[in-house]
Amino acid sequence: MSFSPNIVGFACQWCTYAGADLAGNLRCKYPPTIKLIRVPCSGSVEPEYVLESLARGADGVLIGGCHFGDCHYKEGNYKTSRRMTILKKMIEDAGFDPRRFRLEWISGAEGKRFAEVVEEFTRELQELGPNPVKGGA
Amino acid sequence: MADKIKFGFLLAGGCAGCETALVDISERLVDALDHLEVVFWAPTVADVKYKDLEAMEDGFIDLAFVDGMVRNTENEHTVKVLRQKSKTLVAFGACASLGGIAALGDMHSKEELFNQAYKDTFSTDNPEGLLPEPQCLWEGKYDLTLPAFTKRVSTIDQLVDVDYYVGGCPPHHDFIFQLIQAVVSGNLPPKGSWLTSGKAVCDICKRNPAEHDQQRLPIGEVFRTVDGRPDEDKCLLQQGYICFGPVTQGDCGASCLNVNIPCRGCGGPIPGVKDYGARCVSMVASSLKDDQTAEKLISKFNDMAKFCYRYSYSSGILNQKLTPGNKV
Repeated sequence: MSFSPNIVGFACQWCTYAGADLAGNLRCKYPPTIKLIRVPCSGSVEPEYVLESLARGADGVLIGGCHFGDCHYKEGNYKTSRRMTILKKMIEDAGFDPRRFRLEWISGAEGKRFAEVVEEFTRELQELGPNPVKGGA
Repeated sequence: MADKIKFGFLLAGGCAGCETALVDISERLVDALDHLEVVFWAPTVADVKYKDLEAMEDGFIDLAFVDGMVRNTENEHTVKVLRQKSKTLVAFGACASLGGIAALGDMHSKEELFNQAYKDTFSTDNPEGLLPEPQCLWEGKYDLTLPAFTKRVSTIDQLVDVDYYVGGCPPHHDFIFQLIQAVVSGNLPPKGSWLTSGKAVCDICKRNPAEHDQQRLPIGEVFRTVDGRPDEDKCLLQQGYICFGPVTQGDCGASCLNVNIPCRGCGGPIPGVKDYGARCVSMVASSLKDDQTAEKLISKFNDMAKFCYRYSYSSGILNQKLTPGNKV
């Protein structure tokens, strides 16, 4: 049996969370690897949450936010984008694989996209193997 | 007058700057010594040996400060012994409470660090390429034991229980005086707290735009201190000189800002911050104007982990949990 990664997803309630809902309504198939956490805005996801999730053994972390211009709070996702760009570089510089962390813009109408992203990320993580915290590569 | 408070001060892996800072409170130290009896201050000031410390009863010292991180087996041993002999243990300064500059060594292997320190630096004269070894036979007859290098840097609280934390590299002497007053009057917060005013550097800094009824604007340019000379009165962050003031404890009185140098976070995280580096990322990114500026920041400061965790790498989640021993 191939390894089934554990993904922690932070989903903006205005878009990605609705997108995940739509994925269900559309009967899209995607692996049961993601555990979604609903947040008010992707801008409310602190870099600390990402590190904490990885430290507690998540194999991957996905942050889903609205497309640029669509943020319910006008500029939350722009801030997310800047934060996560810098965070990704920081994780990489400290010697941790930044591929375990992913930022995606998925709107409430993109149920199919959500399923694709989860499938793609799961496949990538399967190639990477379990999180080093749990003794993986 | 009640009995004097028995006071101990141990230098672990640090540079003794924290001890200098304590001495810097100058004549006020003389007054403080009316209430304090120094029973142990090694290896810098008092003529006591480790065996004297080991000979003390458990809990003999009322108040002990440790400065410096744990970098070798000697530090490990002395810190453990001091903990046993002390009623209250304070991690004093950035190294003891957060890991300090030396913690950045965790991003390199032992070989890299030793080669840099003992071989590659241009001022080093080491033709035989000798490196420190825990065991060594000198001139064929002296069997010497040196403390061994630990795999990673640890803060004091990763090794033993710590009652209080004090940030700063070193802590500012005015603040140390306030601390001593608090200790003498017995006015201390619950154990496990940081001894701090709880205010951020920006709160103290006189450049703060809020002080001048100015609005904070998104930053479109990023500079390093070598790139130019910032305006003496304007907020450095607003000028594009990345400053960690918003997330750092301001017990230093914004000393660096007073001399036109941006804050690099030695004071430790303001209350409520779990991981200093991650919060720095969040704070800096929110102040920037757009993604291009974020890219500019990344290309200007080549190592974001060393940049954001300058003084706090050992205490960070990234170091403790995510990259343990991956390069050693």
